[in-house]
Amino acid sequence: MQRIGVFVCWCGSNIAATVDVEAVAEALSHEPGVVFSANYQYMCSEAGQNLIKDAIRDHQLTGVVICSCSPRMHEQTFRKTAAAAGLNPYMVEIANIREQCSWIHKDKAAGTEKAIILGRAAVAKVHLNAPLVAGESPVTKRALVIGGGIAGIQTALDIADAGFEVDIVEKEPTIGGKMTQLDKTFPTLDCAACILTPKMVDCAQDERIHIYAYSEVEKVEGFVGNFTVTIKKKARFVDETKCTGCGLCTEKCPQKKVPNLFNLGLDTRRAIYIPFAQAVPKVATIDADYCNMLKNGKCGVCAKVCTAGAIDYKQTDQHIEEKYGAIVVATGYNPIKLDSFEEYAYAQSPDVVTSLEFERLTNAAGPTGGTLLRPSDGKHPHTIVFVQCVGSRDTSGCGKPYCSKICCMYTAKHAMLTRDKYPDTEVYVFYIDVRTPGKNFDEFYRRAVEEYGVHYIKGMVGKVAPQADGTLMVQASDLISNEQLHISADMVVLAAAIEPDKSARPLATMLTASMDTNDFFTEAHPKLRPVESPTAGIFLSGACQGPKDIPETVAQAGAAASKVIGLLSKNKLTGNPCVARSDEMLCNGCSSCEKVCPYGAISYEDKEFRMPNRTVAIRRVAKVNPAVCQGCGACTVACPSGAMDLLGFSNRQIMAEVDAICK
Amino acid sequence: MQSQLIERAKALLADGTVDRVLGWKAGEFAYDMTPALFSSAQELDEGFAYDAFCGANLSKYLVKESRKGGRVLAFLKPCDTYSMNQLLKEHRILRENVYLIGVPCQGKTDVETLRALGITSITAARQEGEDLVVETLYGQRRIPLAEAMAERCKACKGKKHMIYDERIGEEGELENPDRFGQVAALEAMSSEERFAFWRGELSRCIRCNACRNVCPACTCEQCVFDNPASGVDNKAAATSFEENMFHIIRAFHVAGRCTDCGECSRVCPQRIPLHLLNRKFIKDINTFYGEYQAGEEAEGRTPLTAYTEGDVEPSVVYTKGGND
Repeated sequence: MQRIGVFVCWCGSNIAATVDVEAVAEALSHEPGVVFSANYQYMCSEAGQNLIKDAIRDHQLTGVVICSCSPRMHEQTFRKTAAAAGLNPYMVEIANIREQCSWIHKDKAAGTEKAIILGRAAVAKVHLNAPLVAGESPVTKRALVIGGGIAGIQTALDIADAGFEVDIVEKEPTIGGKMTQLDKTFPTLDCAACILTPKMVDCAQDERIHIYAYSEVEKVEGFVGNFTVTIKKKARFVDETKCTGCGLCTEKCPQKKVPNLFNLGLDTRRAIYIPFAQAVPKVATIDADYCNMLKNGKCGVCAKVCTAGAIDYKQTDQHIEEKYGAIVVATGYNPIKLDSFEEYAYAQSPDVVTSLEFERLTNAAGPTGGTLLRPSDGKHPHTIVFVQCVGSRDTSGCGKPYCSKICCMYTAKHAMLTRDKYPDTEVYVFYIDVRTPGKNFDEFYRRAVEEYGVHYIKGMVGKVAPQADGTLMVQASDLISNEQLHISADMVVLAAAIEPDKSARPLATMLTASMDTNDFFTEAHPKLRPVESPTAGIFLSGACQGPKDIPETVAQAGAAASKVIGLLSKNKLTGNPCVARSDEMLCNGCSSCEKVCPYGAISYEDKEFRMPNRTVAIRRVAKVNPAVCQGCGACTVACPSGAMDLLGFSNRQIMAEVDAICK
Repeated sequence: MQSQLIERAKALLADGTVDRVLGWKAGEFAYDMTPALFSSAQELDEGFAYDAFCGANLSKYLVKESRKGGRVLAFLKPCDTYSMNQLLKEHRILRENVYLIGVPCQGKTDVETLRALGITSITAARQEGEDLVVETLYGQRRIPLAEAMAERCKACKGKKHMIYDERIGEEGELENPDRFGQVAALEAMSSEERFAFWRGELSRCIRCNACRNVCPACTCEQCVFDNPASGVDNKAAATSFEENMFHIIRAFHVAGRCTDCGECSRVCPQRIPLHLLNRKFIKDINTFYGEYQAGEEAEGRTPLTAYTEGDVEPSVVYTKGGND
């Protein structure tokens, strides 16, 4: 029989306000095996922990039940407390009477009753707990950063700076990400390229950083400290080691009608291309969808002009397997597709553009050489209407429910820069709210209104109608003066909502990292562990975790790097002893468990068994590698005979909890 | 056909290809065709039978037989080969120790089906063309085979063997029967009606375990219902409702692995339509994960133990699973 101590925490008023903590402690003191029961204001405080330690020693406790907050919050704390008092840390069970009880109940009687039931279930489980000892595993001292935008670049630079090897996998032919497409950056208006490209060069020059450009992560196996990742290096049909980036091929290629994706299709490029002048690595890539040589074997101009002999039409995708100790996700964002916003005539008129397209139209390296011209006729626009929140804060289902966060500021930037360069242009901005919480952000917005005379109008645009004369009739409401407006505009710029890159969801599946309903990666704790994924060894950097501007992205990138450095600095990691174990006497060797194991932790062996009447039988039985098992429990439910069980969460323990709840 | 099988079995015994033969022999009555082992030509001559009553699926017997040393010959009807493949997939049968002969099948009858047609005191039955000729104490009866067939044979998956080492007779074609009409009818009921239906059917259960013992998907070294540590063995006997849960739990255990061979319903002495529970799972698996037939292949994954990004979300499974 266990000697169990029950410790009920008030959590200040968090629990005590809706749960009668004294009644809970009293009720649980009568449960079988409970020899000590107490309540205290803050069990996690030093005094609270000392109360637990003293009780373990004074009452020779063999099991501890803490009725407190979620185990995700303080299970580790209390396990350490128990260990300090000489008790195996896995003899501690947490009954979550805060998140799952006091916080969701208003009625104290109901809250108290539920807290007692949850406590009783934990007591029932502790009766079946057994001491567990964690194993150790080594750490591969190398990090992988998925995504080579500013987030990935900054994380890689910081990790490399600490002396660790780091690889960047970028799906585009060059690193740099969205920031390479921007013109100026708010609120200081430095040129994006001027501050980004030196960092890109630093990445290329740092011998600890290896860039896999034009590559994708194909498979991830293993666990924290010991990931094995298969990287697909897509065929670019150019030998990276030979190409000097001279760009001659990109001038001579006869296939000129390829939409230039770097300029968002606003102009064209050749079938062999270098996305932009400062690309890293500066290596040409052949677009297989357009290359005449690859499509029908007729051309070969680039191979002829290449003095380095770098063109290789027979290049195929390469698969590289690498080992990593930590993985950082920095997959970034994209503006949403505007197909479901027909009212803005985005598909009908080339003069209705997204804000990112507007960036290219004002960028010196863009399709217009930096002069703002209407895409339809190349004329200078005199009236421009900016529409904010296109698909953001949209609960209608067409867009995204969240605020995309960056649009208020970049729209103010666009409006201000337009007025600065072209004072003859009238600029209107339609907004729901202007949100400027950031250092020097509100001052920036006020300058747009007060110094640059941008017309900010609270209200939404209802319709944009292309007119026969080439103008756009913008119909909108001004909510402050309560009137309908009709503005004849030359251009309309839509601040499209941003969403996580489409590659994020399959990647999350590979990494077993969780996502929210909007496909943003979930952090381990929204406040206290913002750069870690709940999956050990997976870290989050930049907009893949939520909309972010550049300063925030860089800050988070550095934070993710510091967490990675902390992990890679360790020589050994303590594992989780709550792993699966197969009962060989029950195992059928049917392979169901092996098929559902996401970590490849299960193998089989033919084993001799003594059978009745002095016979021997050879049976195929499952074997779990405890260093690889992550204790997810998938095998335990797949096993038809119940041979698989999870230490610390055995079927018997869970049934005991259920029985205690249903008593 | 019977003599052809006996001759082939004798030859394989004689040349040492196999050591034993798994087939059928008559039980107490002519319609009690029972799986049986034969180890000599004499035993084959004396007992081996293959006729319209040989419905029993022999594949499960190979779990034990393939581990007894030597090689065993088994005769498999087309539908039995699905179970065979499924058992191979689960590593339950040692393939190298079995020799499989595919035998043709025009559909099998059973005594209950014939009784329902008013035929009793049967002494023998044979197929003649499209008819079944039944000898009884009261004379001969001739009925079209299509009428005399057991329910499961009316929803036959086809006459094609999925696995064999050799085949006797012509290979047939796959068929695409409507297997889910009765399931759809159950789904159309309200949850109260459905609950009442199953309570009514399952209340007849005497927990003889025949369904489990015959099921080729139930080959666990130790069944959870026989394991005192599993926590479910006693529960199943606690109340009549818990008792009913035995069948629900069993259906869950074989979900994705059940080939729809229909043995559970065939052996049920209380004539409970147990196969409908399994067919509901098969229907849902087809709906949620695409058409899947367990036992078509001897390798690969079942939809329930494979994950693809296209898999339906659990909420979809819940709402489309006929929940009101």
